[in-house]
Amino acid sequence: MSSIRSYIRANGMTSLLEVKDLVIKFALRTGEVTATNGVSFTLEKGERLGLVGESGAGKSVTGFSIINLISKPGYIASGEVNFLGEDLARVSDERIRSIRGNRISMIFQDPMMTLNPVLTIGTQMTETLHQHNPQMSKAEARAIALDKLRKVYIPSPEKRLGQYPHEFSGGMRQRIIIAIALLTDPELIIADEPTTALDVTIQAEIMELLMELCETEDMGLILITHDLAVVAQVTQNIAVMYAGSVVEKGPTAQVVADPQHPYTQGLIAALPQSSGHGERLNQIPGMMPTLKNIPPGCSFNPRCPHVMEVCKQQVPSLRSGKNSNLAACHLYPPEKDNPSAR
Amino acid sequence: MIAFMIRRLFQALIVIFIISVIGFAIKQSVGDPVRELTGISVSEEERVEFREKLGLNDPWYVQYGRFFGDAIQGDLGTSFFYKRPATEVILEKAPATLELVFVSSLIILLFSVPLGVFSAIKPDSLFSRALMGSSIVGVSIPVFLTAIMMVYLFSIKLSWLPSYGRGELVMLGGWGTGLLTLDGWLHILMPSVALSSIMLPLFIRLIRSEMMEVLESEYIKYAWAKGLTHRRVWFVHAFKNTLLPVITVGGVQLGVTIAFTILTETVFQWQGLGFMFMEAVERSDAPLLVAYLMFVGIVMVGVNTIVDLIYGLVNPTIRIAGVK
Repeated sequence: MSSIRSYIRANGMTSLLEVKDLVIKFALRTGEVTATNGVSFTLEKGERLGLVGESGAGKSVTGFSIINLISKPGYIASGEVNFLGEDLARVSDERIRSIRGNRISMIFQDPMMTLNPVLTIGTQMTETLHQHNPQMSKAEARAIALDKLRKVYIPSPEKRLGQYPHEFSGGMRQRIIIAIALLTDPELIIADEPTTALDVTIQAEIMELLMELCETEDMGLILITHDLAVVAQVTQNIAVMYAGSVVEKGPTAQVVADPQHPYTQGLIAALPQSSGHGERLNQIPGMMPTLKNIPPGCSFNPRCPHVMEVCKQQVPSLRSGKNSNLAACHLYPPEKDNPSAR
Repeated sequence: MIAFMIRRLFQALIVIFIISVIGFAIKQSVGDPVRELTGISVSEEERVEFREKLGLNDPWYVQYGRFFGDAIQGDLGTSFFYKRPATEVILEKAPATLELVFVSSLIILLFSVPLGVFSAIKPDSLFSRALMGSSIVGVSIPVFLTAIMMVYLFSIKLSWLPSYGRGELVMLGGWGTGLLTLDGWLHILMPSVALSSIMLPLFIRLIRSEMMEVLESEYIKYAWAKGLTHRRVWFVHAFKNTLLPVITVGGVQLGVTIAFTILTETVFQWQGLGFMFMEAVERSDAPLLVAYLMFVGIVMVGVNTIVDLIYGLVNPTIRIAGVK
């Protein structure tokens, strides 16, 4: 992957998405809370990136910030979201609306809650097409909707278009949501825990479908999840988030096989398959701090097995670990020249 | 849908049956028909004979059977005061009340939807806050007080609007309508505004709170993520979902509005059912009271049935429950 990156950079091509030092804050009555603190990552065309972390690590809010759709009172305090060179954090409402659902599609967590209960599937599909292509005829929109439903293996799509969400199972609904995401042939799909609310057997099916479609349609994917196994199966690169910061990133296989940051090491050790048969499952002691009381220095220091004095004072920058992974950890010597190294 | 309708109509019939039992009970306990029907000169023997002839000595279930049989044929007894069939009196007075309720509902509908939706979309705007504040005041002031204040201001001080009566009427068959003349509209304006003064603030608040809740839902966030315009998200995605609870409550409240006409009609001397009802109470005109009760009951059941059918049209899950 890094060779593709250097090739792209050498040829002066812009990345599909470049998130740079993103700071998201929530203006609460009791004061401001920082949800993400300087998140940076890059996604090339057709690349699949996993955004991993525990609940509350800031993964979802990062995903939503890309299309500038953070729920109030959250807002982007600083940083950039460059989509093909255009900073989406600073474009007009009109402009961002023309990108949402058109060039960047989202897949939400719970398919039972995502579709509007009183509108037919057909309406909810074609409205997206009409919104982004005002000239498109009804017949054209219908034909595209049918085509996409076939792509996600919905049987007898003609009949299904006239039905309401409650007539579909959870797995079917998530397929429909994937079909809606595909409607406008977007460059990027952001999937926020797309399988968490589904049965285990259906989870694998949906993930496989999503991966297959990303490959055939050459779409970028940001997969937000807490499930390392899913990420390992689907993505090429990983960014691990902890308490609002990216603590480690690198190629998926390498991060899973040889994690550099103590938090990632803990996460992987905590996978059930990492423990031997009949053994107790491993866990990271303690809990992730809430956004209001993130400790000074490295936010992981109270739970870290390798904690040092410097960890309690200085926030570590991302740096190369023992392999090409980047880890925000004082265990490794800092790279002075390039603090937000790739 | 058809199964749903049949089930709903069956339920309506049960409710009407229960209302008829209550009506019968009232008739039994309010006043003595013999005393009301006969003069002082009638002797005690004749009274006993009359009582027997009217069947007042039969057991209650026989009397109820007779009452019910007559009621089905539209005969709810003869008004003591008007000396005419109670049904006839009711039907003569009904247009006035129905028009009043209709215009009030129109006012409620025309104002509550835009105001409720606006204050949900822009809850922090000055206008929304002012609206919420004033709606509390609106709910808190009783209808008759609103009515009297309006009469004082618009009729006595400003002499803009007539303070009583229905004005010029046009007869359409048996229906005397005031909605076809300017004079009729001038007369109905104040009573209908007074009548809507309680329900309008309630509806604004209801629509606002329902809409705000819907706007927080996942499918609205998803609609934004699809890049839809504000108009589409608010008025198609959110409003249609807001409608469901509003329709349910609306149906019930329409019935309550009919009840409130008693106060409004009394203040404005509006010759409708409410006014007639107050007079009938004063004259203890039992057949007319029972007829009023039956009529209002049937109208309410009818309205609620229609509301349920509309609800079924808007809510796809209900429709399916009926089909399968």
